Amino acid sequence: MISDHSKDKVVFGFWVYLMSDCVLFAGLFATYAVLQGATFGAATLEELVSLPFVFVETLLLLTSSFTVGLALLAAHHRKKIWTLVGLGVTLLLGLAFLAMEASEFMHLVAEGNGPNASAFLSAFFTLLGTHGVHVALGALWMLILMAHVLLKGLTTGTVRKLVLLSLFWHFLDIIWIFIFTFVYLLGALALV
Amino acid sequence: MFGKLTLDAFVHGPIETVAQLTVVFGALAIVGLLFYLKRWGWLWREWLTTVDHKKIGVMYLALSFVMLTRGAVDAFLMRAQQAIAAGQPGYLPPDHYAQIFTAHGIIMIFFVAMPFMFGLLNYIVPLQIGSRDVAYPFLNSMSFWLTVAGAVLINLSLVAGEFAATGWLAYPPLSELEFSPGVGVDYYIWALQIAGIGTLLSGINFLVTIVKMRAPGMTLMRMPVFVWTVLGSMLLVIFAFPILTATLGLLSLDRLLGMHFFTTDLGGSAMMYVNLIWAWGHPEVYILILPAFGIFSEIVPVFSQKKLFGYTSMVVATILIVFLSFVVWVHHFFTMGASANVNAFFGIMTMVIAIPTGVKVFNWLFTMFRGRIIFATPMLWFMGFLTTFILGGMTGVLMAIPGADFQLHNSLFLVAHFHNMIIGGVLFGFFAGFVYWFPKVTGFMLNERLGKYAFWSWLIGFLFAFIPLYALGLMGMTRRLSQVDPLFQPLLIVAAFGACIIALGMFFQVLQVVVSFRQRKKHIAGSDPWNGRTLEWSTSSPPPHYNFASVPVVHGRDAFWMMKQEGAQSSAHKEITIPKNTSLGLVVAALALVFGFSIVWHIWWLVLCTAVAVVVVLIARSFDEATEYTTTSS
Repeated sequence: MISDHSKDKVVFGFWVYLMSDCVLFAGLFATYAVLQGATFGAATLEELVSLPFVFVETLLLLTSSFTVGLALLAAHHRKKIWTLVGLGVTLLLGLAFLAMEASEFMHLVAEGNGPNASAFLSAFFTLLGTHGVHVALGALWMLILMAHVLLKGLTTGTVRKLVLLSLFWHFLDIIWIFIFTFVYLLGALALV
Repeated sequence: MFGKLTLDAFVHGPIETVAQLTVVFGALAIVGLLFYLKRWGWLWREWLTTVDHKKIGVMYLALSFVMLTRGAVDAFLMRAQQAIAAGQPGYLPPDHYAQIFTAHGIIMIFFVAMPFMFGLLNYIVPLQIGSRDVAYPFLNSMSFWLTVAGAVLINLSLVAGEFAATGWLAYPPLSELEFSPGVGVDYYIWALQIAGIGTLLSGINFLVTIVKMRAPGMTLMRMPVFVWTVLGSMLLVIFAFPILTATLGLLSLDRLLGMHFFTTDLGGSAMMYVNLIWAWGHPEVYILILPAFGIFSEIVPVFSQKKLFGYTSMVVATILIVFLSFVVWVHHFFTMGASANVNAFFGIMTMVIAIPTGVKVFNWLFTMFRGRIIFATPMLWFMGFLTTFILGGMTGVLMAIPGADFQLHNSLFLVAHFHNMIIGGVLFGFFAGFVYWFPKVTGFMLNERLGKYAFWSWLIGFLFAFIPLYALGLMGMTRRLSQVDPLFQPLLIVAAFGACIIALGMFFQVLQVVVSFRQRKKHIAGSDPWNGRTLEWSTSSPPPHYNFASVPVVHGRDAFWMMKQEGAQSSAHKEITIPKNTSLGLVVAALALVFGFSIVWHIWWLVLCTAVAVVVVLIARSFDEATEYTTTSS
């Protein structure tokens, strides 16, 4: 199963795309690293963030990575129902994550700590927002692939599309782990 | 309803109005001509919807030549202005002059050099690796049309509104809303974003093509050096272009949503932008020059009638350049105020790049050594390149010394240096590739005599136009001046004279193609006019839609040369699977163009509609399974 994918030029190309996306995030991380001290009188991260809240977000996303793995496993065994269930659970977890992130953002903006308040907040919102937009697009993609599975069943084509989606989803998870570590943990503990 | 777009946006001064009318009537004339000749159906079927890498390559070249004309007109306007504006205003107001040098830079890099490169490698790489197409033909068509959309957007700025007056990299804080409140910078951002995404997709496409689709037997170390350099260049695209996307994205967030990445207030850092943009910008230079190196590595062995000297060292040098190009970006702004040690590191790394480049130069020279050299036009371009490029390289090493750079920074010395590399290096390389592969693309030979006239005009014109700029830089003339000290005028007149000779060279190039086309029956090329060594010469000129009737089997380097030594193989008739034409690439790019235009003018409902439409189109495509058909070779 796995060796088939390593020969597949679509899967390989998708890996290459993920690497390029990784560079995009690297640029945003670098910008954040440079600007995180540039609060310019506005709030610092320490004052803004509740770690337990972010921890729940993290758990949601990590669990969704597990469930998308289960969905893919079911797809490889050509079990349509379980594939759809796995994808559905993943989708819900992803949407829950997005809802939490959105509420956090709205809360910050409402308190006057929006992206316009300082360079630090611009960098914070942009880094997290870009990840969030990726998750939202991933969720949309998941919905469409569920339609594919429903309409066409688990053909070689749909399974390959699911492989790409799960790669994307895991990639977003890894980006989030970096965000959790470098933005939230280090920021909240004021180690930097 | 139309955001910031009002009728005032269409009203310009006299010189801009000429440009505006040229764009509008030029477009109308082309549309009218197509109706008159009843060629719309043909254009749609054969070109607009094609996913054939060869036709896409030809269209890239056409785009490049159209935009070269635009960029060259900008250049002539500037040379004329500087030649006459000594101690007096000249004929261009400063703001218009600033728009012209910004447009000139961005057009020449993004819409001339890049499409020229992608045109050549689209056409040649699949042929050289013995493949029937690229990895993702539909994506290829979409990449091309996105590049066109970017080019159209930049030209629309002549019709409605204005272009950025910031210099080609749009440094903040000048490019921020506070100092550039007009739509110029927004045109700049979105033209580059749209074209940049096309470029990134192409980069992925060709990397996968080279890694996954080589003919049986073609190991990595049997690939033609051109393919190696394209591989390096595409790696750079994949790792550099996302940085550009991110950087321009941040600038547009500043401008659209009032964020503070690069602003002068609330903690923004303009130097952050400069670092980011050059972390893309320096690799970009190597993205362009590496394929030019590859082209010369194909041409020199063929016209010296020997195999390439030092293949392995050529490959190693290419890979080294790929790595090093990411650790030199600070040399573009030594004056930023980084510590002496930081500047020393980047200065030394910059000088180190000269080593693999020097290896390549010596390899070409040793390939020529004791060869039976044929002085055809591709070889002339090579020798012109070698002399000018070494000159430019040496001035580059000079500026890599931070102490010297403090003096030369932002002067015409720098302008002379990078034109030395981009014209003498990149452009001469691509012209060499153009005349070398022209018979393969069209099936007939180019007129040699006119080609030689064109070459000599370009070489002499180039020297007249840019050597004076070195002297002017040392005399203290800074770049981007719309009015100059009378002290500089004599040398600026020499430079303007050089530009005229370059224009003569361009005229000879057009004439060469026209004359050669008229005489095409007399100068049929055949499949292998130059006694070539690589696989593109093993198929007919022009190649069939499917490139190779039977996929070639490779037994060593210079695969076609070995086949010729061993005697030709017979080809069997086989079924060949070919991707179907599709208009979706064109549709997505058209939507992206409208998206870009409406975001420039803040027409938000249209922004939303086009963004949703792009997603819908791509989703619809994902449900289409029948994207290929089968044919037989004849």
